[in-house]
Amino acid sequence: MKKLFATLVFPLILFAGAAQAQDVMEVVKKANHTSYYQGNDGRAMVDMEILDDQGRSRSRQFVILRRDDEEADTGQKFYVYFNKPADVKKMAFMVWKNVDRDDDRWLYLPALDLVKRIAASDERTSFVGSHFFYEDVSGRGIEEDTHELVEETDELYKIKSVPKDTGKVEFAYYVNWIHKATFLPIKTEYYDENGRNYRTYTALKVEMVDGHPTVTASQMSDNVSGGKTTMSYSEVKYDVDLPEDIFTERYLRKAPRKYLK
Amino acid sequence: MKKSAVLMTAGLACWMGMGIASAQEIKLPEGLMGLGTGDKEEESKKEKKSAGLPFDLTGFIEGRIGVRTQSDDHEKSASIGETRLQLDMEKQVDMFTFNLTTDFLLDPVVDDYGVDLESGKGLIDLREANVTFSPLDFMDVKLGRQILTWGTGDLIFINDLFPKDWNSFFIGRDDEYLKAPSDALKAAFFSDSFNLDVVYTPRFDNDRYIDGHRISFFDRGLNDLRGRENVVTADLPDDWFSDDELALRLYRSFGAFETALYYYNGYWKSPGGQNMMTGAVTFPKLQVFGASVRGPVAKGIANMEAGYYKSASGSGSNPLVRNSEFRFLAGYEQEIATELTASVQYYLERKLDYDAYVASLPPGAIVDDENRHLITLRLTKLLKQQTMTVSLFNFWSPSDKDGYLRFNVSYKITDSLEVEGGGNVFYGAENYSFFGQFQDNSNIYAGLRYNF
Repeated sequence: MKKLFATLVFPLILFAGAAQAQDVMEVVKKANHTSYYQGNDGRAMVDMEILDDQGRSRSRQFVILRRDDEEADTGQKFYVYFNKPADVKKMAFMVWKNVDRDDDRWLYLPALDLVKRIAASDERTSFVGSHFFYEDVSGRGIEEDTHELVEETDELYKIKSVPKDTGKVEFAYYVNWIHKATFLPIKTEYYDENGRNYRTYTALKVEMVDGHPTVTASQMSDNVSGGKTTMSYSEVKYDVDLPEDIFTERYLRKAPRKYLK
Repeated sequence: MKKSAVLMTAGLACWMGMGIASAQEIKLPEGLMGLGTGDKEEESKKEKKSAGLPFDLTGFIEGRIGVRTQSDDHEKSASIGETRLQLDMEKQVDMFTFNLTTDFLLDPVVDDYGVDLESGKGLIDLREANVTFSPLDFMDVKLGRQILTWGTGDLIFINDLFPKDWNSFFIGRDDEYLKAPSDALKAAFFSDSFNLDVVYTPRFDNDRYIDGHRISFFDRGLNDLRGRENVVTADLPDDWFSDDELALRLYRSFGAFETALYYYNGYWKSPGGQNMMTGAVTFPKLQVFGASVRGPVAKGIANMEAGYYKSASGSGSNPLVRNSEFRFLAGYEQEIATELTASVQYYLERKLDYDAYVASLPPGAIVDDENRHLITLRLTKLLKQQTMTVSLFNFWSPSDKDGYLRFNVSYKITDSLEVEGGGNVFYGAENYSFFGQFQDNSNIYAGLRYNF
C-alpha cells in the first residue's frame, strides 16, 4: 500500500511541477509578445514627463516607429524622431534590436548632418534621460532570467524572475504581475540584493487599439530618489506597413515625414 | 506572551509585506476592466503647431564669453564674446521642404560687422538655405546652402572634405559650428546593392581657416607668429562652375558593417600653398581617393578610414604647394562604465614625396617629419539623469611633440536653459608645430543658451 502510494503520487507531483514550469514560460512568452511584438509593425507618439527627485519637471516628445523582423518575437528595428525639447528637435535615433548580440544604435545630429554610430553595450542605462531604461523600452530577452510563478489569482499571474547572469544587471530579481486576460504586465517591481524594492513600473492606462490591448500610459519610479517618469502614448497604430528602408541612413538624414505625422 | 509573539510576527510580516505586494492588492490600470468589449475610438489629437506662424520655427539665443589664459601679443585677451540668435525655419509645400537657418550675432572680439556670408563674419551667418525633395523613389535631392558630413572619424576628417570652421572650433563655440556651410547640390541615389551620394559645389567653398583675425599662428615665411595686426590674404579659386568641387560617396552595409568608397576633386580646403609674389595663401588643386569601414567589434564600435591625397601636379618638389599625402585613421569606442564612454583614435599623415620636399626647402627652413602621428582620447560622462555632460578630448602627437586638450561641462538647468563651460588648451615643444603654434591662444569660455 505504501509503495503503491509512492509510485502513483510521486510521478504526479513531478509532472505537476514540470507542467507548471512550462506554464510560466508560456506566460512569460505571451507577456513579452503583448508588450513588444503586437502587430507586424507600429507607431506611436510618446509624451514623456520626467520628474526628478526635487520635483523639477522635464518633458520629451517623440514618435516611435517599430518594425519586426520576419521571425516572430525576435529582432526589431526602431526609429525614434524627436519633436521636443527644442535642443533635440529633429534628432533621430535608430536601433536594430538583435537577439544574438548587442543592439546596433545610430544617432543623427541634424545641425552637423552627422550620422553617429553609438557604442552602448549596457542596456540598463537611462533612455533619453528618463527613469526608463533602454531595455524597458525595447524589451528584455526572456531567456536572460529564470522565471517562477509565485502566485495566481483570478486576474493575475505573479512571476518572480531571477537573472542568470547577475553581473550584467543592477537587480537581484524582479516581480511581474501579468494580467491573465490580456497578458499585459501591469506592474513590475525590481529588488536589489537586500530585498529592497528600489524601482517600480506601473501600467496606468490600457486601451484596445486595432484589436490589440495596449498600454497607453505607464510610469517608472525610482523608489530610492523619489524621481519618476510617465510615458503617455497617443495616435497608436499597428500594421502601418512601414517599409524596411525607413530604418536606414537615408531616413536618418531625411526624416520619413509621411510616417511621423 | 504567546499572543504578543503572534502579533509581532504579524506586524513583521505586514512590514515586510510592504516590499512585495500580493497579487490581490494590485490595482488594475484604467481601461483593463471590461476590456474586450470592442475597440475604443482613438481620440484624435489636433496637430500642435506653433501658434500663428505659417512655418515651423525653432532656435536659440545665447551669450558666450571666453578669455585667453595667457597673453598673446598678436590678439585681444578676449577669445570670444558674442551674443547669438539662431532662427531655424522650416516649411513644407507638397513634396518640398524648405529650410532656412540664420544666425544673427554681435561679436565685438572681431570688431568687423560687415556681412560676409562666405566667411561667416559680420552680423549674419547664414547656416542653411535649402530645399529638399525626392524626385524619384530612389533619389533624394538637397539644393542650396547646407551642412554636409560623412566619414568615420571623431573630429578627424579624411574623406569629409566639406568646409570646417577651425576658428569656431578652437575658441569654444558649440560643436555644430565646426561645420561651415556648403553651397551645393546633393543628390543621393539608393538601391538594394549600394547607395551613391553626389555633392556638386559650383564654386569652391573653403574652410573658415586660421587667418589671424581671432587666432594667432606661426608663419613659416616670416619665421614668426602673426595675428590680427597682419591677417592673411588669400588667392581663392572663386569662379563659378570652373573653380568647382565634386565629392562622391559610394556606400553599403554588410550586416552591421558600414563600408564606403570616396572620391573628391577640388582644392585644399585650408591654405595648401603660397603665392611667392604676393605672399597670399593659395588653395592648390586636390584629388582624394578614400575608403572607410565601421562596425561593432567586441563591446564597442571600431572604424578605419584611409585617403590618398593627390596634390596639384609638381607639388612634390614645389615648396609653395603642399605635398601629396597618405592619411589613415583607426578608432575604437566603447562604454567603459555606466554612462561613461571612452574612445581612442590613431591617425597618420604621411608625405608621399618626402625626399623631393626636403630637397626643395630653402636652407634653414623648418623641415616637417615624413610621418605625423596623432593619438586622440575622448571621455564622455553623463550625470544627473543625463542633464550634465562632462567631456574631455585630447589630441596628442608623439611625432610633433604637441597636443590639444578640449574639455567641456554642460548642464541643462531646464529643458530650454543650458549652461556650459570649457577650455581649449594647446601645448607643444615648438612654436611652429600643428598645435604648438596655437599655445598663446589657449582659452577658457562659458556660455548660457536658451532654446525655443
